[in-house]
Amino acid sequence: MTDFLGPAEWQAVRLSVIVSLWATLCSLPLAVVCALTLSRGRFWGRQALNILVHLPLILPPVVTGYFLLLAFGRRGPVGAALEQALGLVFAFRWTGAALAAGVMAFPLLVRAIRLGVDAVDPKLEQAAATLGAGRLRVFGTVTLPLIWPAIIGGAIIGFAKAMGEFGATITFVSNIPGQTQTIPLAINSLLDVPGAQPLALRLALVSVGIAAGALILSEWLARRVRR
Amino acid sequence: MISVRLRHAFEGFTLDVDFTAPAGVTALFGRSGSGKTTIVNSVAGLLRPDQGRVEVDGTVLLDNRISVPVHRRRIGYVFQDARLFPHLSVARNLAYGGRHDADKVIDLLGLRDLLNRRPGSLSGGEKQRVALGRALMSGPRLLLMDEPLAALDGPRKAEILVYLERLRDAVGIPILYVTHDVSEVARLATTLVLIDGGRVTACGPVADVLADPASVPLMGVREAGAVISGRIALYDVTSDLTTVAFDGGRLVLPGRLGVLGSSTRVRISAQDVILATQRPEGISALNVLPVRVTGLRMGDGPGVAVGLAAGQARLLARVTRRSAEGMGLAVGQEVFAILKATAVAPGDVGS
Repeated sequence: MTDFLGPAEWQAVRLSVIVSLWATLCSLPLAVVCALTLSRGRFWGRQALNILVHLPLILPPVVTGYFLLLAFGRRGPVGAALEQALGLVFAFRWTGAALAAGVMAFPLLVRAIRLGVDAVDPKLEQAAATLGAGRLRVFGTVTLPLIWPAIIGGAIIGFAKAMGEFGATITFVSNIPGQTQTIPLAINSLLDVPGAQPLALRLALVSVGIAAGALILSEWLARRVRR
Repeated sequence: MISVRLRHAFEGFTLDVDFTAPAGVTALFGRSGSGKTTIVNSVAGLLRPDQGRVEVDGTVLLDNRISVPVHRRRIGYVFQDARLFPHLSVARNLAYGGRHDADKVIDLLGLRDLLNRRPGSLSGGEKQRVALGRALMSGPRLLLMDEPLAALDGPRKAEILVYLERLRDAVGIPILYVTHDVSEVARLATTLVLIDGGRVTACGPVADVLADPASVPLMGVREAGAVISGRIALYDVTSDLTTVAFDGGRLVLPGRLGVLGSSTRVRISAQDVILATQRPEGISALNVLPVRVTGLRMGDGPGVAVGLAAGQARLLARVTRRSAEGMGLAVGQEVFAILKATAVAPGDVGS
């Protein structure tokens, strides 16, 4: 096994999975809230929120990474405040890579979940209310179960996007082995090393394997939820 | 007792209604777009009217100061489209709002065999029965039904009507029933509220309102007709005919209509009733009833609606204007109403 990839490459694989899991899990609740707000909310500024959510999708990743650096760097307003308050540092750490991946994946998550929310018939929620269920219970027993497949689908797309994130990550937290060097960044580095092409290809195959595994898992989960 | 007063302005349409109804089934009857659904949605709390007051059995649910939120109103709502939760089994759908009288409701509606099924695998009629059971098990103080049979075909409709009759007789909850089908009104309603263009045009005991010539335009000339309540007095096996005794006489009707002595209600279409000034001889029709003319109403076309009284019972006939003039029909006149036994279809007879 260890011959297949070197220790540095395995480290990149492990880091990628950890970074992508954190990125997906942390952005998921916020994405559900955003999807519900955009689908159901009728308020002033809804369009502005919609554009803000979609920015990472339409901006060049390098620009997004640069904005993250400005805001979440050690001297950036948000980064400095978080370091003071919680001791949380993003700059040049794996946490920064997770943040970059999460931000880039966020619009895809929201879009997938929103499709699910749009498909929920509000009439079912009305029916639940006439049966005595308050808003929270309606959400927990009707809305949430009905959008589970969309949430799972969104999470997988988000995870895959996070696994592949390159531009924003390298701009924001650079390419530091063991800290911020995820699979795409490792492949990029290997391509500059003479004779390392086969290793790069093997790393790419691992990447394909993880993505395919995630997809199969999501299909299985979605089927179980639908039953 | 239900008391409802509502005013709500839509674009180009104003709903302005005020009615009270005793216990039993109160039918809200009117064409589509006349405001019936707006009324039940306001009662349920799904719509907040501009102005209004809703009171059910002494509890105020809506007035100028209070508007009880939907989930606290304890009003069961059976929608036209059932609205079962697709991700829950029938059993869990039923228990969603509570388990009041669970066994009684499940038996009453014949739901026991469906409990483990998913809504997706149910027929339209089964879905509607589950929706009804779900609303009942939530322990409502009032049951709203918005055209619960409109999405069903004829046989399914007949099947559910039987369950609804059972429900009406077995459960003491008042029911507000929206429909634009006269036969459902005739079978189920105790009180009838006619809605036209956002206004109440008539409100009262179902037999009175249905037999009022003034109701004819709204019911439709082909649908208009009276309801007679009586008891099954006789069933003759050789001729396969049932005799129903009611306050104004006896009616002979085809087939076996129920257990001897049980109460029954029969809908008699206005256009099936023939009038004669003298008792006819040598006629095939089995029913000839002495009646008194109580009202006349000229239609827009060639027809005249004639209100009739046979004892306490009320009948309605529709004849041509030429006949009415030829016979010299006038209020107070004694005439004979003739009805072919076979004019009454099985679906016109309820319990």
